[in-house]
Amino acid sequence: MKQALIRYLPLVLLALAWEAVARFELVSRLALPTLTDVAVAWFDLLRSGELLTNAADSVYRGAVGLLLAVVLGGLAGVFMAFSRAVNVLLGPLVELFYPVPKSALIPITVFWLGFGDGSKILLIFLGCMLPVTIGAYNGARSTDQALLWSARSMGAGRLRVVWDVVVPSALPELLNGIRTAIALSFVLLVLSELIASRKGLGFMIGLFGSGGVYDAMFATVLTVALLGFVADRSFQLVMRRALAWQG
Amino acid sequence: MGQAQIVIDQVSHCYRPQRGREVLALDKVALDVREREFVALLGPSGCGKSTLLYLIGGFLPVESGRILVDGAPVAQPGPDRGIVFQHFALFPWKTVRGNVLYGLERAGMPQRERQRRAQQFIDLVGLSGFEDSYPSHLSGGMKQRAALARTLAFDPKILLMDEPFGALDSQTRSLMQGELLTIWQGSPKTVIFVTHDVQEAVYLAERVVVMSARPGHIKAVIDTKFDKGETDILKSKSFIEKVDEIWHLVRVEAIAAQGDRLS
Repeated sequence: MKQALIRYLPLVLLALAWEAVARFELVSRLALPTLTDVAVAWFDLLRSGELLTNAADSVYRGAVGLLLAVVLGGLAGVFMAFSRAVNVLLGPLVELFYPVPKSALIPITVFWLGFGDGSKILLIFLGCMLPVTIGAYNGARSTDQALLWSARSMGAGRLRVVWDVVVPSALPELLNGIRTAIALSFVLLVLSELIASRKGLGFMIGLFGSGGVYDAMFATVLTVALLGFVADRSFQLVMRRALAWQG
Repeated sequence: MGQAQIVIDQVSHCYRPQRGREVLALDKVALDVREREFVALLGPSGCGKSTLLYLIGGFLPVESGRILVDGAPVAQPGPDRGIVFQHFALFPWKTVRGNVLYGLERAGMPQRERQRRAQQFIDLVGLSGFEDSYPSHLSGGMKQRAALARTLAFDPKILLMDEPFGALDSQTRSLMQGELLTIWQGSPKTVIFVTHDVQEAVYLAERVVVMSARPGHIKAVIDTKFDKGETDILKSKSFIEKVDEIWHLVRVEAIAAQGDRLS
């Protein structure tokens, strides 16, 4: 309890500083509404249902995109590590695509799939796949040969060994890749909703911003921050559980 | 003298590193191993003794010559040949029990039967109470006990051991040697035991195969049958003489191997 208090103390201090700066108008109220006003706006948004429906839209887009990225990206990485042909086929694509800022793909995904869920899901999938692929690839490549041989000598077939030995060997790096992907998914989600969407948290931020409803805008930004924080923390818990054997 | 269970016939093996010249690791090795025989492959590091073991295990392809196990050429790894590695090769994400169960699951043994059997072998190697520990929480000796239990549990006819006690401290090592011998005497299996420790080879094996420095071939095969049950066998005259005799054979090869590395 005391530890948690110390840990979150900077957040409390920041909140107090925010309130003080805004209340005493050290900066213009227009630039920074008071935290209490933001909180009131947040409850209003919550009560009207606006926040929840838009958050649900965003979470849906993010979750589906991420899920696709994790499954397909993970598979691609593992098979790149173990099949020369797959490596030759995908390796150069990964290298070429890696440094591309995925936000540059927003107009393309919108052009292809329109303003709805599809374009967001595609963008998040494309953007989040590579960290997962690279994590899975590096993890799988570090698989101990003796473990592979042990499993084979105990009667596991070639494909079975991938699931039983390669995937768990790759897990620490794979999970780190997924964690990066989760953070990235929030960036891409909000950005794409800001630019080309008619719903979602990013859309709300843009709408309130351009409409001058700044307390609501800040409330939505804080909601996104909270969601990101919760997602990362929960995933860290999952990681700690899944890697408990590392001792 | 029974019929040979493992026939190694004119086997050569070349490593082709991605860069650099290819290395001839084994040169026309021929050896027969009888059922339930305990054979040690002894030689300096780099003599190809582990390579030979991996070929028998089916982990490396036999490209030149042939290896037969029970009359059939070795094509791939299989549960008739269990292996124990120097660095244990336990699945770190599985508990001791999970590791021991793995081979039994692959064999399709019914749930209750495999739980019972796993426990039996965990008890055999003296790991009772550590069933739910992960390998990262075990000492080196305990890890190797777990690995041994895992391999013995699925009952391979042939036990391939790749310097299994090489990573252990000397007390643990001699303890494990004694226990392996007891286990083997209790239910004899064919064992091929790779080591560079002469005393270990003479103590454990019925025959010691001395291999030459690279390219590895068989230099001598020496009978080392003693009454292993005898207490203080390590101090007996015949044992010491045997170790001495083999040590002289190996020494020359060790020196040659070193020269090879320096050149």
